[in-house]
Amino acid sequence: MKDVLTENAVKAETSKISARKAQVYYGTNHAIKDVDVEILDKTVTAFIGPSGCGKSTFLRCLNRMNDTIPSCRVEGSITLDGEDIYDKRVDPVQLRAKVGMVFQKPNPFPKSIYDNVAYGPKIHGLTRSKAELDEIVEKSLRRAALWNEVKDRLQTPGTGLSGGQQQRLCIARAVATSPEVLLMDEPCSALDPIATAQVEELIDELRTNFSVVIVTHSMQQAARVSQRTAFFHLGNLVEYGETGQIFTNPKDPRTESYITGRIG
Amino acid sequence: MSIGILSSILLALAAAGYFIGRARAVSAAGGDTRKLHSLAGFYGQSVALFTAVPAFLLMAAWLFIQPILIESRVSGQLQQTLAPDASLSLVMADVRRLANAIDSIGTADEVAALSPEALTARLGEQGVAMGGDMSVAQVAAANEYRLLSNQSRTGMTVATIALALAGLAFALRRIRIDFRARNVTEQFVMVLMIAASLIAVLTTAGIVVSLLFETIHFFKLYPASDFFLSTTWSPKFGGGSDLGIWPLLWGTLYVSLIALIVAVPVGLMSAIYLAEYASPRVRTWVKPAIEILAGIPTIVYGLFALITVGPLLRDYFALPLGLGNSSSSVMTAGLVMGIMVIPFVSSLSDDIINAVPQSLRDGSLGLGATPSETVRQVVLPAALPGIVGAILLAASRAIGETMIVVMGAGAAAKLSLNPFEAMTTVTVKIVSQLTGDTEFASPETLVAFALGLTLFVITLALNILALWIVRRYREQYE
Repeated sequence: MKDVLTENAVKAETSKISARKAQVYYGTNHAIKDVDVEILDKTVTAFIGPSGCGKSTFLRCLNRMNDTIPSCRVEGSITLDGEDIYDKRVDPVQLRAKVGMVFQKPNPFPKSIYDNVAYGPKIHGLTRSKAELDEIVEKSLRRAALWNEVKDRLQTPGTGLSGGQQQRLCIARAVATSPEVLLMDEPCSALDPIATAQVEELIDELRTNFSVVIVTHSMQQAARVSQRTAFFHLGNLVEYGETGQIFTNPKDPRTESYITGRIG
Repeated sequence: MSIGILSSILLALAAAGYFIGRARAVSAAGGDTRKLHSLAGFYGQSVALFTAVPAFLLMAAWLFIQPILIESRVSGQLQQTLAPDASLSLVMADVRRLANAIDSIGTADEVAALSPEALTARLGEQGVAMGGDMSVAQVAAANEYRLLSNQSRTGMTVATIALALAGLAFALRRIRIDFRARNVTEQFVMVLMIAASLIAVLTTAGIVVSLLFETIHFFKLYPASDFFLSTTWSPKFGGGSDLGIWPLLWGTLYVSLIALIVAVPVGLMSAIYLAEYASPRVRTWVKPAIEILAGIPTIVYGLFALITVGPLLRDYFALPLGLGNSSSSVMTAGLVMGIMVIPFVSSLSDDIINAVPQSLRDGSLGLGATPSETVRQVVLPAALPGIVGAILLAASRAIGETMIVVMGAGAAAKLSLNPFEAMTTVTVKIVSQLTGDTEFASPETLVAFALGLTLFVITLALNILALWIVRRYREQYE
């Protein structure tokens, strides 16, 4: 495993998602305070921080998955390509088609491998023929580095795969809807090192088309796959910058303590 | 000794056993309970269990077997003296009643000295009604019966107390520091639990066997091919009846089908609303409100069918459409029964839909699916086995329902497709064939058992199907 997957520096500098003074409340609990962040296009951004610091909560704000929690309230502005995603005119369903999500635990649907991947394209009507759908399924499974393992058993249940394969299936499923941003909430926490390495390579590959935001507890992972890193602590965004700078030369003493293992 | 006193003696022994066993364990450890393998209470419990449980089991077995043995002995003696046309079971009932009443009249010798008429009169004074005057042989048999019962009762008292004491001594002797009282107690309780679950299984077997015997009896008197193939049902108590099951089975299935057509969409949709869309506040109110439906006695539903739904359907649907003028109809019973089984479908499905992991919903929503697409394509397929199970349970309930059918659909056995016509079901006919003063000897009454067995087989098959579906498709999500 290479220590740094991407030697090339961040080239794309266009902002994809930007948050201004974002606040999140769960009932009376103020979970996210004054977060300002610019997430760049075609870049992997890592969110790190101790448990309960709000990084997953903030990630879920980016495609309004928090809408499913009744007590959750978001203030401030979060824009995607300059458009406020919490605007009343924005349909959260369409937003989530553009901002896909991969979850901590692999959650394949109780359907065949094929139907799992074809789910998004079918719902959004992305294909006009069966052949086109087949093509999308194959392409997505190839991108998720799963095609060779499952091409002979596309009609078997997705739940019958191993944990690592299931997670790659979920990534293929998210990729199939061709989102613009892919949010990943600790996608490797349930995987063994080999599957983790496969998923990490995949994330780096996805960067050529998408902007990827990944929440991780592993600082090595953040250092390996991301170009930008944001450090959250107690609901605040403490520091945000280029990954190399965060890990070698953090400006904030809290970041340094966390990275060197003194807090968290 | 009466069973109540005997039981209290056994319980007292067990309680004493607990304290003695506990004290013995403590003293065996020299007052330091940390040296014991288990907590001191477990030693007491093991003694109490070994004292009480075998003794109670013996008592139960004795009480079950004693009447059978005595009965067969006394009736064996009595049969030789009996007139050929007399019914042995009726005579034995009198003998039993007399045997129980002898002590309130006087000693056995005094009773034997009374004339049959005087005896009946004396018994009447005591509030014991007899089937007729007793013959000398019957009085003797009653005396014999009483004597045997008393002997047996004494035997039981001695045997159970002896067994309890033996259990107590055995359990006490086993107590040492390293005796694993906790494990022994837990194993003992496990055996008790196995026994408890066996009771349910054995009861089912017992019901089936008793139905089976009467059914075989019926098929000896009436050809099975007529029963299963004939399409007319016209029992005549004078004989020469036509007892074809089809009109009844058709009525049962028709009514159940209408009930399910009503209950499944309504129940399922309300379950989906409650599980997926309703706010917690609405849920806490609506769910119990729907479950109230399950608590309404079926006879009340029957009244509702009889006085409200039936006339309504007749006046607004059947008469204008020219489909009949009966207020009792399959439609009436089916609709009301459908309302009755809504909570079975909705409440169970709601629980099952709630058990679908939230991660599957998140996965679907995260791909840009709407909540309703998520429900249709992910949640329902995942919950389907359970939902099918719920529906089949509702179907078994509908098939076994009697009261609503009697009051809603009438009692006419008919094979017809018209849902506004009166029809009847298997359960209703079981009731009507068995009520009245008839003996269980003619095919007209025995047919009830054959009907019951058929119904049982159908609902059993449905339940097995439900179980099979649930097992087959259960582990599709983690």
